[in-house]
Amino acid sequence: MSTYTTEEPTLVTDAAVSTRLSSLDTLESEAIHIIREVVAEFEKPALLFSGGKDSVVMLHLATKAFWPGKVPFPVLHVDTGHNFPEVIDFRDRTVERLGLKLVVGSVQEFIDRGELAERADGTRNPLQTVPLLDAIQRNKFDAVFGGGRRDEDKARAKERILSLRDEFGQWDPRNQRPELWNLYNGRHTVGQHVRAFPISNWTELDIWRYIERENIELPGLYYAHDREVFARDGMWRAVGEVSQPLPHEEVITKTVRYRTVGDMSCTGAVESAAADVSAVVLEVAASTITERGATRADDRISEAAMEDRKKDGYF
Amino acid sequence: MSTETSLLGTGLSSASLFRFATAGSVDDGKSTLVGRLLHDSKAILADQLDAVARTSADRGFGGEKGGIDLALLTDGLRAEREQGITIDVAYRYFATDRRSFILADCPGHVQYTKNTVTGASTADAVVVLIDARKGVLEQTRRHLSVLQLLRVAHVIVAVNKIDLVEFSESVFRDIEADVQKVARELGLGSDGVADLLVIPVSALDGDNVVDRSDRTPWYTGPALLEVLETLPAADELEAELESFRFPVQLVIRPQGALAPDAVAAGLDVEAYRDYRAYAGQITEGSVKLGDQVTVLSPGHEPRTTTVTGIDFAGRELEEAAAPQSVAIRLAEEIDIARGDTIAAAGTVRESTADLYAALCWLSPKPLREGAKVLVKHGTRTVQALVRNVTGKLDLATFNLEAASSLELNDIGHAQLRLAAPLPLENYLHHRRTGAFLVIDPIDGNTLAAGLVKDHPGDHEDERYVI
Repeated sequence: MSTYTTEEPTLVTDAAVSTRLSSLDTLESEAIHIIREVVAEFEKPALLFSGGKDSVVMLHLATKAFWPGKVPFPVLHVDTGHNFPEVIDFRDRTVERLGLKLVVGSVQEFIDRGELAERADGTRNPLQTVPLLDAIQRNKFDAVFGGGRRDEDKARAKERILSLRDEFGQWDPRNQRPELWNLYNGRHTVGQHVRAFPISNWTELDIWRYIERENIELPGLYYAHDREVFARDGMWRAVGEVSQPLPHEEVITKTVRYRTVGDMSCTGAVESAAADVSAVVLEVAASTITERGATRADDRISEAAMEDRKKDGYF
Repeated sequence: MSTETSLLGTGLSSASLFRFATAGSVDDGKSTLVGRLLHDSKAILADQLDAVARTSADRGFGGEKGGIDLALLTDGLRAEREQGITIDVAYRYFATDRRSFILADCPGHVQYTKNTVTGASTADAVVVLIDARKGVLEQTRRHLSVLQLLRVAHVIVAVNKIDLVEFSESVFRDIEADVQKVARELGLGSDGVADLLVIPVSALDGDNVVDRSDRTPWYTGPALLEVLETLPAADELEAELESFRFPVQLVIRPQGALAPDAVAAGLDVEAYRDYRAYAGQITEGSVKLGDQVTVLSPGHEPRTTTVTGIDFAGRELEEAAAPQSVAIRLAEEIDIARGDTIAAAGTVRESTADLYAALCWLSPKPLREGAKVLVKHGTRTVQALVRNVTGKLDLATFNLEAASSLELNDIGHAQLRLAAPLPLENYLHHRRTGAFLVIDPIDGNTLAAGLVKDHPGDHEDERYVI
């Protein structure tokens, strides 16, 4: 009979190492399994797609899960009205390329109708929830894929892969279903929906290494480019329609890239010379290596990487 | 290419994945051990460490000498505990040169069975902590019982706070002997299912956590992280099994609705017009082109056919193994749907509607005989009737006691009658196809983790193999 091991543990030899799946392969297989489970068990799933790197990876995984068929669900974007134009352009090109249906929930429309009020600080990130839930209810989506990852913060570390939301879209961390083996329980009642996080177990570095390995296209602002920026709250903010410098804020041109792409009014750029994906992988990896203390990585890279981390804490 | 070269030695390019969980009682230093692993494997970034150092200083940690309270690195959990919120399994991530790790940090005191079962169900290894000053407690026996039941491939017992017993070999050897005695009583490590290692550590000072300590010269074994880096993952062990198992998730049959990007990239539209493949994740074993397989479907006699294709996103594979997600094509056009299982021919038994199982009860709503529930097994969910509860495990003694109901955190045995037969397999040998969920049909909540047992009087050599 097949069994695991004998009493003395068998350690993996170097010869065995070469035949194993890499961690990226294992994570990819896990994510595809989850995506297929949700499609098989739910009536009407949708994928949150912002053009950000995590959602781009999610969509890439979905194309692999159903190849050679089409991705069998629409994508949903909550448009704050403050998005980078090149990201919206990327979104539309991607949807076109894959023949997908795009559903847009517009923060601007809610503001115009008086159902949402602009915040004093001008940030629209917190205003996304209402249009999101409205789009979910209006389209009767019962499962919504997200690109959330558990390494992002302490609360997310406790999130389930399938996470039940009540009629108000609320997450109750105290009342989560235990998630056992690879058996996902997506049962829900009318009005409830489920958020599915197939890349829960990926780290930021995994995402970038996967983008590199799979040659996945991202919006250009993820890579180093020259941009007019001004300093605010310890971040480099792009000059744009909704992001104007105050009189005392000096506008300069810097070589920057974005680590996350969101609302233009609150997303900061970081100084970086990482102009392509392999340079970004090294930059993200360097932030760990530097912390390890053992390896002195290139100072320019590590400095930028450290700044990134601090700014991530800001968000 | 230059990227790959520069990443060599940082553990970023070739590492495999290893999942482990920690289990322990209150105050045995689990948070400190987790913090130590994250810290010494350099997974903590400087800004995080600065924050922890500041808090440690504010609280006067380490007295005059100062120092860093590593337990603060898992402070999210502690804050919860102070607020009296139900503590939950938290997942953490770190990497070394050899491996990427997923750590399921299972809180100790509240609902330890629920949390340990959850963490252990996906773990390749579980680290159980023991306080060197206290030795084996009833809680330790309970943890080891659960791990034995869940067939965790590797159990590592960390005898922590060895610094507080002056690095005494005799204290360690006594505890080690006690652990082995409990393991023997439970059958842990003795039936070829799991292996057991006992390691003296000081999470506070780092002895034998990442590096071997010179303060325990009498201990010649590996440090904890060395063990975690070298033990085979459950996936690797399962991939080597001869019993290929593939629960079908869905059928990929585009019928002309081909992916536009694939067509743009030159996909032969004519060749794929009648494409039909069965998508799923291999749960154990491996499959090659030309293999004979048996298809198990409810309401059908088992059918045997040949594998003609193993597809993955445009690549045709010669073979694939657990835990790969692939799409399989078969020689004959047979009616296969979600919930069916494709298995290596000659290795499966007939489906059955009589389910004998161990149940880890995870819900505040107790189990009563006569209850109607749902059973989710592989990719199928069927209705089931709880015929009877045949006993409850005393986790401290591992004896089965008479019982007619199961409460939260109980583990018991029960017999269920399924509305449709399922290809059930003994959990002892099939960690994926031997597992199931019990679900409440009313609110959809997960009630129990189920482990399939053999039918009473059933012997392996008498199995009807198809």
